[in-house]
Amino acid sequence: MNELREVAVTVNGTVYDERVEPRLTLADFLRHSLGLTGTHVGCEHGVCGCCTVRLDGAAVRSCILFAVQVDGHRIETVEGLADGESLHPLQEAFSDHGALQCGFCTPGFLMTAIEFLERNPEPDEDAVRDALSGSLCRCTGYQSIVAAVLDAASRLRQGA
Amino acid sequence: MDRMETPPLAKERTDGHDEPSPVSPRRLVGRSVRRLEDPRRLRGEGTYVDDVHVPGMLHATVVRSPRAHARIRSIDATEAKAAPGIVAILGARELGGDLRPIPVRLVPDERLLRYLQRPLATNRVRYVGEPVALVVARSRAAAEDAAERVEVDYEPLPPVTDASSAPPAPLFDHTPDNLASLIEEAFGNIDAAFARAERVVRLAFRTGRHSAVPMETRGLVAVPDRGAAEGRGRLTVWGPTKVTHFNRSVLAAMLGWPEHRIRLVEPDVGGGFGARGEFYPEDFLVPCAALRLGRPVKWIEDRVEHLSAINHSREQRYELALALDSDGRFLGLRAEIVNDMGAYLRTHGTVVPGLSAGMLPGPYEMQAYRCRVRCVLTNKTPTGTYRAPGRFECNAARERLIDRAARLTGIGRMDLRMRNLVRPERMPFARGTSILGEEVVYDSGDYPAALAEAVALSGFRMSVPDAVPGAGARAGAGSASGDAPEARPESRAGSAANAVPVAPARESGARAESGTRSDGGSYGREEPGRYRYGMGLACFVEKTGTGPFEGARAFLDRSGALVVATGAADLGQGLETCLAQIAGDALGVDHAGITVRHGDTDLIPHGVGSFASRGTVMAGNAVHEAVSELRTRVLERAAARLGVPPGDLAIGPGGLVRGTGGRSCTLAELAAEPGLEMVRYFRCEQMAYSHGVTVARVKVDTATGLVVPERIWLLYDVGRVVNPSIVAGQIEGGVAQGIGGSLLEELRYDDTGQFLSGSFMDYVLPGTTDVPTILHRDLGRSPSPRNPLGVKGAGEVGIAGVGGAVANAVADALADAEREDDELPLTPERVWKRVRCNPSPQTPAAAAAGGRNPV
Ligand code: FES
Ligand code: FES
Repeated sequence: MNELREVAVTVNGTVYDERVEPRLTLADFLRHSLGLTGTHVGCEHGVCGCCTVRLDGAAVRSCILFAVQVDGHRIETVEGLADGESLHPLQEAFSDHGALQCGFCTPGFLMTAIEFLERNPEPDEDAVRDALSGSLCRCTGYQSIVAAVLDAASRLRQGA
Repeated sequence: MDRMETPPLAKERTDGHDEPSPVSPRRLVGRSVRRLEDPRRLRGEGTYVDDVHVPGMLHATVVRSPRAHARIRSIDATEAKAAPGIVAILGARELGGDLRPIPVRLVPDERLLRYLQRPLATNRVRYVGEPVALVVARSRAAAEDAAERVEVDYEPLPPVTDASSAPPAPLFDHTPDNLASLIEEAFGNIDAAFARAERVVRLAFRTGRHSAVPMETRGLVAVPDRGAAEGRGRLTVWGPTKVTHFNRSVLAAMLGWPEHRIRLVEPDVGGGFGARGEFYPEDFLVPCAALRLGRPVKWIEDRVEHLSAINHSREQRYELALALDSDGRFLGLRAEIVNDMGAYLRTHGTVVPGLSAGMLPGPYEMQAYRCRVRCVLTNKTPTGTYRAPGRFECNAARERLIDRAARLTGIGRMDLRMRNLVRPERMPFARGTSILGEEVVYDSGDYPAALAEAVALSGFRMSVPDAVPGAGARAGAGSASGDAPEARPESRAGSAANAVPVAPARESGARAESGTRSDGGSYGREEPGRYRYGMGLACFVEKTGTGPFEGARAFLDRSGALVVATGAADLGQGLETCLAQIAGDALGVDHAGITVRHGDTDLIPHGVGSFASRGTVMAGNAVHEAVSELRTRVLERAAARLGVPPGDLAIGPGGLVRGTGGRSCTLAELAAEPGLEMVRYFRCEQMAYSHGVTVARVKVDTATGLVVPERIWLLYDVGRVVNPSIVAGQIEGGVAQGIGGSLLEELRYDDTGQFLSGSFMDYVLPGTTDVPTILHRDLGRSPSPRNPLGVKGAGEVGIAGVGGAVANAVADALADAEREDDELPLTPERVWKRVRCNPSPQTPAAAAAGGRNPV
């Protein structure tokens, strides 16, 4: 169980070479091996969506993936969203609409929504609710999150 | 950027108050400024407790009882001690004398002492999930591996799972009936009231066990100074929240350490809602282990243990009787309540049942009231508060009772309420009950106006008689209740007039067919009469701003920036921003440059914390006082420096203090010398009472029992609003939690006391497709006269009335409001059975037969 495996992975554009236990989850790898604590863990059984990151562009749950599975792949986390000082338009929209309170679920929602908006630049409310239905937030009641994603879609279309 | 400059929002906001304010100048309070907390949390740069990393840190995990009720024969840790990476296993034998009971925080009572929980079970376990030992290892994985090898030999005892029936066994040998406490509240002559009654309406009502379940689980990092294991230095604990000062006192007493050598620090917190931040067994075990081992110890709860370890709440049964006169006026209310307390009393003691007893009469006039609550121990997780504790339950029971009364008397549901609501000219209104040791006196509010506005906002139908017995209006598919919402002009008018949602409201049919988590099955072809629609409403009063005090320390640092520290806590609700707005107005500077610190016991000597919707009320007023006085000092100092009278000075943008004749200096220049520092404690002996009306529209699938909430409206008054967007977030989040507790969430046990809701697959939290559009509006009429800012708490207003509104809407849809019992949550299984066992005229079978419920 303890023999270590090599993992070479690109996270937010930086290449990391690490030796990990095979049972280490991707979430724990990102958080504790790489110190990227923006990815949160709310259930560790694949239901809450807090741990969502992008794996080669696809939104995935890092709590039910092993670090060894992403060897040779590309990961993006919430830490890679903002461009230096300027927040991503989706992050701006979240703040404008009150789409976060405690912020614990927020990284998961952001990473899920970004992938969704790339595929659906002009969604309606139903589509947004459906796309986000795999993520849980206990604070906001979702209305503000849905509004923020719709607003971000229009900002992104206008090249904000 | 200010939120007011953003494009129209997808929800209703009330961006500002126009009425003259008692405090001036007022630039920030009342505006939806962007939250100061947001950037770090959006970037993933927040520091939650599991993000705290200390070199040399060990990891702990808790061995928990898998049994509901058993004697511990022995604990064998031989194998566990041989596990790789193991450092220590601490059981009752090792901690022995240190295992003192965790005291009650609110309203302590001598008689409750014998039911308190110790951090570890000593020789008997009383619920599944009770801590039995703490395992410490070099990694979390190693700790969990070792914990699995701890062998505990249990001798089973009969489990007690039902608080209402005769117990098969006592939990504590000294209390054979498991009755921990009996709470009584009464006013007026109840017997006379019932003797005079024209009609008595009864209802049995039950609310299911559920809890706060914040998205972040609990966690702690205890860091002893070098030498602390030998009794030198200090101990720092990261992760406490909500009531850090109180928890420090408890920890000090339990460890036998002086308080000044303990520092508790609240990091970013992923939600609390009443449950998180109380003093739990782990809050002792983890620091204790750190001190014993002389090493930092981290413990992060996993979700599975969270569900059986954190305070549960809400499990109550009501037997209600309402006496009415011939005009439908309430003469008296009798209530017998059973509150399932779980296996021990925790830090809340019997506060929750006490709140139910004190708040059950709600916003209605009545001459007499008598309530008894039996607080019964069972072999389940101990209970405590969860957002609107005791009130979510009692509001639901009362409002459902009123709908039954409306149905039986033939008086409209809204009309019956209007006849009985406390009128504004009766304010301040002495309720005649007490809560938290304080007499309940409603401070301000226009309850009838709130109801009228809520009806207008929601299009709650008034034209159709709600249920006149014998009127026969309900027999056909075309009756008002049975109409699809599209065909209900009042609803359309209601929402169109407010033109609130950016996107059209989702059609619930589409959602029901989309196969979301709560659907529970596939949908066949729609047969006529399969879906039933109903509306329900609930009026409520919310207690907020619980005293006795909160403090604020305010100072200018050497750069002239304002720093504010308080003992209140921020569990995600936006306290930092609200306090910065209040502080900014008080000094006359922009909020964005203000630093707000909280939740660290080293910042300020006294703190009470964040619960009971008190943060903005208590800390807000403390900040207001402290910074206002600081401003006076600043201006005095500037006056001396510039040779201008203080009255001629103004603090402006960029921290520039300007006087007449173009003379000015900066706050930084004034702050170069010490002295610009102020500590103030705001005291308030009486709470402020918010109020509101919740309206729900539901669609019931009679084939599956699924209840789809289609829309929720909420009309509320929370006094002066500091940040409308933050209040909106509190309202909407509260409503969503209310939907969970009304339809989805239940912490279930089987007959042996085995816990059945140990994962998010078994315990269903509402998701994006379960929570409908929420339309809310601030009545904005009744600032609290009890504090200088005029604010009331808003944190629990969203959830308080949802249970009642949803239960009434479902009864409306099924046209069975006259039934003698009802319950929450209305899960598909329960609703399906209700439709089957008690077919009302609106179910397909009954409609076909042309039947009608006997009333
Ligand atoms: S932590 Fe991964 S889905 Fe909940
Ligand atoms: S903002 Fe707290 S869980 Fe979503």
